[in-house]
Amino acid sequence: MCSYIVEKARVLGSAKGASGWMRIDTANVYFDHPYHAPFDHALGIDFVCEADGARERVAVEISAHSARELVKSILAALASGEQAHAQAAE
Amino acid sequence: MTYPSLLAETVSFRGHNGDQGEAYLARPTRPGKFPGVVVIHHMPGWDEWITEVVRKFAHHGFAAISPHLYFRDGPGNPDDIGARVRAAGGVPDDQVVGDVAGAMAFLRAQQNHNGKIGVIGFCSGGRHAYLCACRIADLDAVVDCWGGNVVVDDKSQLNAKRPAAPIDLTEELRAPLLGIFGNDDQNPNADQVNRTEATLKRLGKTYEFHRYDGAGHAFFNTSRSAHRPEQAADGWEKVFAFLRKHLAA
Repeated sequence: MCSYIVEKARVLGSAKGASGWMRIDTANVYFDHPYHAPFDHALGIDFVCEADGARERVAVEISAHSARELVKSILAALASGEQAHAQAAE
Repeated sequence: MTYPSLLAETVSFRGHNGDQGEAYLARPTRPGKFPGVVVIHHMPGWDEWITEVVRKFAHHGFAAISPHLYFRDGPGNPDDIGARVRAAGGVPDDQVVGDVAGAMAFLRAQQNHNGKIGVIGFCSGGRHAYLCACRIADLDAVVDCWGGNVVVDDKSQLNAKRPAAPIDLTEELRAPLLGIFGNDDQNPNADQVNRTEATLKRLGKTYEFHRYDGAGHAFFNTSRSAHRPEQAADGWEKVFAFLRKHLAA
């Protein structure tokens, strides 16, 4: 189905797109028909800066399975990275 | 044997509030008068597949126009503009109705117009087509291709941009309506299609519905994995037969 359902996450950081690095403050996350990825539905994430008008985005479209694996990898990277950096600081 | 010649181009049209936007137009080039069709694009946007649909109509003897419903949210590539519109919760129904009326006026002003106009929409465009048929008095035919949210079960989904469920406006429907649906679609699902049909029947409207097994949402779309060639071929035959019947001069 095509829907307007979007989960918005406030993010703090930067993203690199076609025009180079840009400040981002929002991730628009949705599960719907992709534009490019060869699936019927995909998890889409658009990183934008709403404070700057959100005219540019850094976009990804990935399968539902990939998205769940990505969530695990994000949490694992944070856990191991924070532990490693904490150890290095001691 | 000679294939019919056609002309396809991007034109300027006056939409809602007189705003000037772009539309994709295709028409036969042979002498004569042709019925008009407004093609309402799907939620992802005014993309290459919609231009193929517009040219397909011209190949089959219609003057077809697809207004870019997101022209106020540009510039940019269609997918970026579509993403922007999605993030903003879509475009207002009043604006879509105004833009479709503007596209109809464009067709009526052409010298090759035969006096009859239909509207066809896909996905959210199907919902828009149903909506326009209830709100625009001088439409001669309407085709709803798998329009979701014609029936709205969760009333919290109604908002300032989409204040009414089109099903609740069906009493105002004047034009004959063709509905094309895949039985595997979840929006609209089979129960919602049944309820739409029941409403049309109860109100004595002229309609025909065609539902396809083995097909879900967007099964006409050749650029999607949802494309179902056999069902789409039959569906297109139904569309052209319906529009030729109701848009003849």
